[in-house]
Amino acid sequence: MAAKTQTWYRPHIISNPALRWVLALGIGVYLAAAIGTLDINWSRVAEGWPRAQRFFSGFMPPDFFSRGDAILDGLLESLWMTVAATALGVLISVPVAIGGARNVSPVPVYLFCRSLMAVSRAFHEVLLAIFFVKLFGFGPFAGVATLTMATVGFYAKLLAEDIESISVAQSEAIRATGAGWLQWLDYAIRPQARPRAIGLAMYRLDINFRESAIIGIVGAGGIGATLNTAFDRYEFDTAAAILLIIIGIVMAAEYMSGHIRKAVQ
Amino acid sequence: MPVSRDSHGPVWRQRTRAGDLATWFAWLTGLAVVAICLSFISDKTIWEFVWSAPREAADLGSRMIPPDWTYSTQLWRPLWDTFNIATLGTAIALGVSVPVAFCAARNTTPSTKLVRPIALFVIAASRSINSLIWALLLVVIVGPGVFAGVLAIAFRSIGFCGKLLYEAIEEIEVSPVEAVTATGASSGQILTYGVVPQIMPAFAGISVFRWDINIRESTILGLVGAGGIGLQLNASINNLDWSRVAVILIAILLTVIISEWLSAKIRRALS
Amino acid sequence: MPTLTLTNLTKRYPTGDLALNDVSLDIPEGQVLALIGPSGAGKSTLIRCVNRLVEPTSGAIALGDLNVTQMGSRKLRRMRRRMGMIFQEYALVERLPVMENVLSGRLGYVGFWASWFRQFPREDISQAFNLLDRVGLAGMEDKRADALSGGQRQRVGIARALIQNPDLLLVDEPTASLDPKTSRQIMRLIGELCKERGLTAIVNIHDVPLARLFAERVVGLKSGAVVYDGSPEGLTPDVLTQIYGEEDWNATKEDGDKFLTQGEEAGGES
Repeated sequence: MAAKTQTWYRPHIISNPALRWVLALGIGVYLAAAIGTLDINWSRVAEGWPRAQRFFSGFMPPDFFSRGDAILDGLLESLWMTVAATALGVLISVPVAIGGARNVSPVPVYLFCRSLMAVSRAFHEVLLAIFFVKLFGFGPFAGVATLTMATVGFYAKLLAEDIESISVAQSEAIRATGAGWLQWLDYAIRPQARPRAIGLAMYRLDINFRESAIIGIVGAGGIGATLNTAFDRYEFDTAAAILLIIIGIVMAAEYMSGHIRKAVQ
Repeated sequence: MPVSRDSHGPVWRQRTRAGDLATWFAWLTGLAVVAICLSFISDKTIWEFVWSAPREAADLGSRMIPPDWTYSTQLWRPLWDTFNIATLGTAIALGVSVPVAFCAARNTTPSTKLVRPIALFVIAASRSINSLIWALLLVVIVGPGVFAGVLAIAFRSIGFCGKLLYEAIEEIEVSPVEAVTATGASSGQILTYGVVPQIMPAFAGISVFRWDINIRESTILGLVGAGGIGLQLNASINNLDWSRVAVILIAILLTVIISEWLSAKIRRALS
Repeated sequence: MPTLTLTNLTKRYPTGDLALNDVSLDIPEGQVLALIGPSGAGKSTLIRCVNRLVEPTSGAIALGDLNVTQMGSRKLRRMRRRMGMIFQEYALVERLPVMENVLSGRLGYVGFWASWFRQFPREDISQAFNLLDRVGLAGMEDKRADALSGGQRQRVGIARALIQNPDLLLVDEPTASLDPKTSRQIMRLIGELCKERGLTAIVNIHDVPLARLFAERVVGLKSGAVVYDGSPEGLTPDVLTQIYGEEDWNATKEDGDKFLTQGEEAGGES
C-alpha cells in the first residue's frame, strides 16, 4: 500500500456547511434579539438583595402552630383532592388512551381522542383552575375537576404512546388465534401496557399533589388556598411553614414513588 | 399454586383462592378510599354553585363569543415574550444542569461523600418548588418582568433536566467506558469519548421535552407579574373583558399545540 | 382438511416494495412444505397472507372452496381458529404465565367474558396440560413466559398453536434465534406433531439442511417469486445458487482458508 499522509476531520453533525452556518447565525441573531427584549432593570436587580432579605426576614421563623388546624385541614383537603382526581382521571384516561392509540383504533376515533388530549394538555393547571372556579365556585370541587382534566391530558397521552410502542409480534400472535378485538386488547395489549399504566398513575399522583398546592392560589381548594389566605393576612411566618411542608411532602413523595415504580417494573 | 387436582384431573385457575381474595380486597379498598375522598370533598362543596355551573357556563360563553379578534394584533409581543421565557429559561437550565448531573451521577461524581449529596439536594430543591412559586419570589427580588420569568423557568428546570440527565448517565453502557479506559485515557478523556457520546441523544431529548413543558408553564407566569401572555390574561380577567380572554386562550392553545408538534417532530428526528 | 390453494398472490407494500409476485401454489392435505429463500424474499409475507395478518394486494387464497381473501372479519376469525401459527422469536405475551399463553390459543372459541375472567372450559384446560406434557413442559404452567429459555418459549408457542386444533400450521422461522441442537429438537417436534395429527404445514426456514430433514416438498422463493418447487433431493448446488445467489455450497475448511487469503489479496489491491 502506498504510504500517503492523510488527515481526518471529525464529521459535523450537520453535513451541509451552508445550513450549518445559517443555523449558527440564526441562533446568534435569536439570542441577541431575545436578550435585547428582556429589558432587565439592573438598578432594580441590584436592589434585589436587600429586598429579598427584608422579604425573607418576614418569613422567619416559620410558624407551624398558630394556624396549625388550618394547615392540617388544607393538607388533608389537598390529599383528598389528589386521590379522587387521580382515580377519576385514570378511569377516564384508559378508554381515551385506547381510542388514541393508532395501532388499536380506527382513524376517526383516534383523531377525536387525540384532540381531546391536546385540549386537556394545552392549558396549564392554573388556567384550568381559574375557569373551573368560575364555573363551580371556590373550593375543592373545582380543584378535583381541574386535576382530573389535567390527568386525562397527561395520562391518556403517555399511555396511548406506550400502547403504540408495544411489541407487534405479540399482538400478531394473539390476532392469529382468531381472538376478537376485546380479547385481543385483554391478552395482547393489557399485559404489555400494565407496568407503564401503574407507573404513570403513581407519577401522576405525585404531580397532582404538587399541583393541588398551586391551584389553591386561584381558589380551587387544598393547601394552596391556606397558603393564599396566609399571604392575604400578611402572616408570612405561617406561609413559610406551609411552603416548607409542601417542599417536605413533595420530596418524600418523590422518594417513595421512585421506590414504588422500581418495585413495579 | 393455581393448579390443583380433583377427580376429573388437573384444574387450573388464574390465581389461587387466597390470591383471588387478595385481589378483590385490594380493589374494594381502593374503591372505598376514593369514595371517602369524594365524600369529604362533597362535604366541603357548596352544591348550589355546582348546580348553577351550566348557567354560568352559558353566561361565560355568551360573553366570550364572538371573540374580540382585533385584540389579537396586540398579542404578538406577549407571545414573543412567552416564547423567550421558555427558550432562554431552558437554555440557562441546561447549562447549569449538565455539571450538576455529572456531579450527581454515581459513576461520574468526583466524590460520593460530599459533592453527590449537594448535587442531589440542588436537584430536589429545584424540583420541589413550582415555577409559579419561584416566579413569586423572583418578582420580589429582581422586579416584575420577563427577566423574573426566565429565571423562574430556569430554576425550576435545573432540577428536572438534572434528574433525567443524571439517570441517563447512570444507565450508560459500561463496556465503551472500559474500552476507553483501557487505552490509557485520562478521566477527562474518558468522559468525552466514553460517556458524552452515549448521553447525547438523551440530552437532546430532555432539552426538547422540557422546552415543550416550559412553553406551557410560561403562559401563566404573568399571573404573578413575571412577564409573558399571562399578564394580558390576568388584566383581561380582572376587567371582565371575556371576549379578549377568549382570544388569549385561543392564542395559548395554538402556541402550545405548535410547540408540542414541533418538539414531537424534533424528538422523532433525534431518535 | 381440503387443499390450500394460492392463486396469483401478489403483495405490494405501501412503501412500493413488491414482496410477493404472482405466487401460485397448491398444498394438498397433510403435506409439510418448507419455504426457503434469502431474507426479504417474501416468506413471512406469504405466510401472513394465508391468515390475512397481511392483506394481499391481489390474487386469491382458498381453503377447499372457501375463499379466505373475501371473508368479513367474523368469518375470518373463525378461519384463523383453523390455522395455528408458530412465530419467529416465539411472540409469546411475555408478561403472562405459560398457561395463559397456551390458553390464548382458545380465544377464538370462548366468549369475551369467559376469557376476561380466565374461565376456560375444563376440556381446554386438560388439553392444555396434555399439550404442555407433550412438548416437554410439564409443571411449567405458572412460570412467566419471559422467565423461560428460547427453546422452552418456542415449545409454549407450539402448544399455543396446537390447542387451536388447527387443520393448517403456519410456521415462520421457528428456529431463527435458537442454537443448532435446540433448533433440531424443535423442528423434530414440529415434524412429529404434524405427522401425529395429519396437519398440513407451511414452514419458513432458511436453514437448508434442516429443511431437507423433515420436509416432503420444498418451495424456493426469490424476490417474491417461486423459483423452485420440488422434492428436497432436488436441491442441487445449482438450484441453491438460483435461490440464494452465488456461493460455494460444498466448501470445507481448506476452501475457507483459501477464500480468506484471496480476500486479503483482494483487499490489498484496492
